[in-house]
Amino acid sequence: MELFDLSAHELADLLKKREITAIDIAGAIIKRVHQVDEDVRSYVTLNEEDALEAAREIDENWSKMDAVSPLAGIPMGLKDNICTKGVRTTCSSRMLEKFIPPYSATVADRLTEAGAVLMGKLNMDEFAMGSTTESSYFFPTHNPWDLARVPGGSSGGSAAAVAAGEAVYALGSDTGGSIRQPAAFCGIVGMKPTNGLLSRNGVVPFASSLDTVGPLTKDVRDCALVLNAISGHDPLDSVSVPMEIPDYTTFLTGDIKGKRVGIIREMIDEGLDAGIGQVFKNAVNILEELGAVVEECSLPTAVSSVPIYHIISSAEASSNLARFDGVRYGYRAVPEKGKDFSLEEMYMKTRGEGFGPEVKRRILMGTYVLSSGCYEKYYLKATKVRTLIREDFQRLFEQFDVLITPTTPNLPFRLGEEVDDSLTIYNFDKYTLPVNMAGLPAISLPCGFVEDLPVGMQIIGPAFAEGALFQVAYAFEQNTPYHQERPRFQGQSAAKTVKGSEING
Amino acid sequence: MVLTREDLKQVAMLAQIELDEAESNELHSQLNDLLQYVGSIDSIDTENVEPTFYLLPLKNVWRLDEDSQPPLAPDYVFQNAPGHERGFFKVPRIL
Repeated sequence: MELFDLSAHELADLLKKREITAIDIAGAIIKRVHQVDEDVRSYVTLNEEDALEAAREIDENWSKMDAVSPLAGIPMGLKDNICTKGVRTTCSSRMLEKFIPPYSATVADRLTEAGAVLMGKLNMDEFAMGSTTESSYFFPTHNPWDLARVPGGSSGGSAAAVAAGEAVYALGSDTGGSIRQPAAFCGIVGMKPTNGLLSRNGVVPFASSLDTVGPLTKDVRDCALVLNAISGHDPLDSVSVPMEIPDYTTFLTGDIKGKRVGIIREMIDEGLDAGIGQVFKNAVNILEELGAVVEECSLPTAVSSVPIYHIISSAEASSNLARFDGVRYGYRAVPEKGKDFSLEEMYMKTRGEGFGPEVKRRILMGTYVLSSGCYEKYYLKATKVRTLIREDFQRLFEQFDVLITPTTPNLPFRLGEEVDDSLTIYNFDKYTLPVNMAGLPAISLPCGFVEDLPVGMQIIGPAFAEGALFQVAYAFEQNTPYHQERPRFQGQSAAKTVKGSEING
Repeated sequence: MVLTREDLKQVAMLAQIELDEAESNELHSQLNDLLQYVGSIDSIDTENVEPTFYLLPLKNVWRLDEDSQPPLAPDYVFQNAPGHERGFFKVPRIL
């Protein structure tokens, strides 16, 4: 194993024993980025010198630090919608191509306080709208398991970077599945926390009632460590909840005897890829062997979460993205030589040229569903259906501790595939979307391989029950080998991938 | 067609986004497909169901009416502005 293959807690152990230094780790990750990023293209902005400087500081101060955070000296990457003071934050959009934030997001500050080393900013679908990372203004990111395939999205750069060893862990954002789906596609762990568990201050908003920030990591312990560091109330995000945050690593017991686990029937339906279905079945058997009590259950409103997501998220986006007007920051269209714009022309051209097609489509959709005469039919109706979905989940959690599903019904698409048919692609999010509609926490973790491509299992819990998710996920992970697999390509020269299917029992 | 050409023009004006001919054509058909699809929720019975606008029972979270955060220094305020002059944002002539 190379240093770039190790998890944060494994590296922290080596650091603690002073067998390696933070500079060693940062150097190994930077070398890895140079080796593979030409193929993977995770990074929009690489922060090489600052990362080395931060690592050097950690090493110098190591002996002076009383209680060393387990994330100190560990290199990580941030999705490029998380503001970083002095480091370009683009949302992978032309609109923010040159934007240098004057302050950092609270989650970024919390990681810095924990001694994290920022490697750089990671590619995403433009303004987090998409599920392939192909709508990035700059370039698409490639899946490290098969470079011809997408890493998922919208946090595709975050997931690909962690899977390829270009960052030890990353943060992403999840509005409709944008952490869990790319985590599943790239064979890593990704968590969408309960809405309100942590601050979104400084994270460029897409749909405020749905947006969450969360970790993408190599294993479940890392995920708990990162969540420990970023959770908690922040006065700058008024809907973050003032509450005691437990130490999530205390839930990593490995014991799930008697846990009541529900399989959502609507998410093992005819739309599910047969190979994924088989892998998921094996995963369920493992949970049963570990002592969980597994039963099928029904979430009849699940199917409605796709249309209401498109109404609610677009409506909120149309309002949130109104701030991009070419006045205070961001792109501004320039008139032809010798001509002047009126103010309105400047707005219209700026937004017409600064936003990509997917973003425009969603803003227009949102504007329409909020316009007079449409509000009741679309927006208000959707918010009522959302209540029904929440009630459906509440009913299930009277009976079950957690619910499980495959994270996605499909394997990662090939680059360029399906993008012409947006309705088809929307349906691929139907296992992750209901969770956002109800604001619940969910984790995706590797549960096997199909055709050498990773498959994810999603575990969903009641609000603020992240601990229960860690408990079940950790027990499963410790009894399976999937999280130890790494894509074995070495840059363009030797494209040798590990045969994931060989270890699938 | 739920959304007419005129509707699209009106919506683009409301959203302040200029669309060229090709974009308008494409968006017109895509948005109609999407609206038809999301219209399927019409058949769900929501009689006597309260809407959920936000998921947490938090209402009107105010901070105390006192200085809480120092404002951004002017250099930071203008560092990303496409146009500024003498401590103001610069925009095209309005009057």
